[in-house]
Amino acid sequence: MKLVTAVIKPFKLDDVREALSEIGVQGITVTEVKGFGRQKGHTELYRGAEYVVDFLPKVKIEVAIAESSLDQVIEAIAKAANTGKIGDGKIFVTSLEQAIRIRTGETGEDAI
Amino acid sequence: MENQIFELQYAMDTFYFLVCGALVMWMAAGFAMLEAGLVRAKNTTEILTKNVALFAISCIMYLVCGYAIMYGGGIFLDGIEAFDLAGVLSASTENGFDGDSVYSGASDFFFQVVFVATAMSIVSGAVAERMKLWAFLVFAVFMTGVIYPLEGSWTWGGADVFGMYNLGDLGFSDFAGSGIVHMAGAAAALAGVLLLGARKGKYGPNGEVHAIPGANLPLATLGTFILWMGWFGFNGGSVLKLGDAASAHSVAMVFLNTNAAAAGGAVAALIVGRILFGKADLTMLLNGALAGLVAITAEPSTPTPLLATLFGAAGGVLVVFSILTLDKLKIDDPVGAISVHGVVGLLGLLLVPVTNADVSFSGQIIGAATIFIWVFVASLIVWGILKAVMGIRVAEEDEYEGMDMADCGMEAYPEFVKG
Repeated sequence: MKLVTAVIKPFKLDDVREALSEIGVQGITVTEVKGFGRQKGHTELYRGAEYVVDFLPKVKIEVAIAESSLDQVIEAIAKAANTGKIGDGKIFVTSLEQAIRIRTGETGEDAI
Repeated sequence: MENQIFELQYAMDTFYFLVCGALVMWMAAGFAMLEAGLVRAKNTTEILTKNVALFAISCIMYLVCGYAIMYGGGIFLDGIEAFDLAGVLSASTENGFDGDSVYSGASDFFFQVVFVATAMSIVSGAVAERMKLWAFLVFAVFMTGVIYPLEGSWTWGGADVFGMYNLGDLGFSDFAGSGIVHMAGAAAALAGVLLLGARKGKYGPNGEVHAIPGANLPLATLGTFILWMGWFGFNGGSVLKLGDAASAHSVAMVFLNTNAAAAGGAVAALIVGRILFGKADLTMLLNGALAGLVAITAEPSTPTPLLATLFGAAGGVLVVFSILTLDKLKIDDPVGAISVHGVVGLLGLLLVPVTNADVSFSGQIIGAATIFIWVFVASLIVWGILKAVMGIRVAEEDEYEGMDMADCGMEAYPEFVKG
């Protein structure tokens, strides 16, 4: 099993969610985060005082999937979240050791 | 028949004071929302507590002794509940249908007390985010019980200034209180801010000014519109009479000019902000509208609508530069209260002679100086004593954690994850 984590632009969330639905991904966790990569910060003014906007709002999605769907999932997210402009985000893949469905106690791929 | 008309006038003029007083009371909500919107989330509960408590304290202290100091009469409003129809009718006969209004003393107190609360509320914004709640409330007791009433007695009360001179005789006039209420509040605020110091992290070692953005701009905007609406009572009620045609028309002109000045101030501040900062600054726009209102408050009845708009615009321009200047002087004012009410309050006083020939520039300057010096010095003394006895600034750790937990033990936005 794999845990796919993607940091994307907030307005792309619906597109990504739809794309994942279409390929059969059944669950997703979403967090609001802030971050930056090579998309540099910029300054703004508040009542004449400068402040640096380093961290930009992003959305982090996490999906637990079977290893067999990994390439599909990556392609779906990357395509749906892409705008071609800087700040589109990143996808991280980590190994998922175990997953348990709380209601039924199912484990492993039965749980995701 | 004539007596019945006098009774109707009494009823109408009394009612008018009550409604206008209620509108000015509503400004307390305006201040609370404006300030809550411009401070950080961690300090919101505390500033709301301050605003509600200061309003209540103002009402009580003015009732106890403030009104008596300002206008004479009994401590604890002794005797105000008495109603004497014969007295009302004879006063009305003496004044005549077109003369000074005759109204219930209770309605006069009600209208006056909400002005006290307005003056006191100005202070709460300037000292936000780092002043101890209880030190502030103790100061409020003195400001509303003594400091404001005394300067009010020399102005609207007509008394001599410590027996030395009389502002009315010198040609001083302040229709609804640009100086008496707004500049006075700002003077008390300035005294407090100077003894308090700036918020941690606001100013850098080389004169840099750091932004500390407010947590809730929708609330700040709502507060501004509430103040704008309440101001119709503030200036409108200060006509002091509604019950004859000339007075009613005067009231209408005051409402019209008050609104025009706010609009002028808003647009001017918006444009100045756009020119200076490259983008629209909502907080400057809000301050601009209020500055316009303060600028017209000393004389909203004599200007033409166009002049009222321009006076407001002058306030809007001045307030932006004043806010920037205070920051350069490292005088930290989270909501711009000293600029909106103090600097523009003075402007308001000085604009009066432009359209009112009965008022002299020298009278306005002497009046402004009298109000400012008295309130500033008296406040400095009270703040100074409070600082020595109980301290006026919260501990550094409390300032970092937020005053909501330190002074109030409850968060304003408990379900929001802190970022």
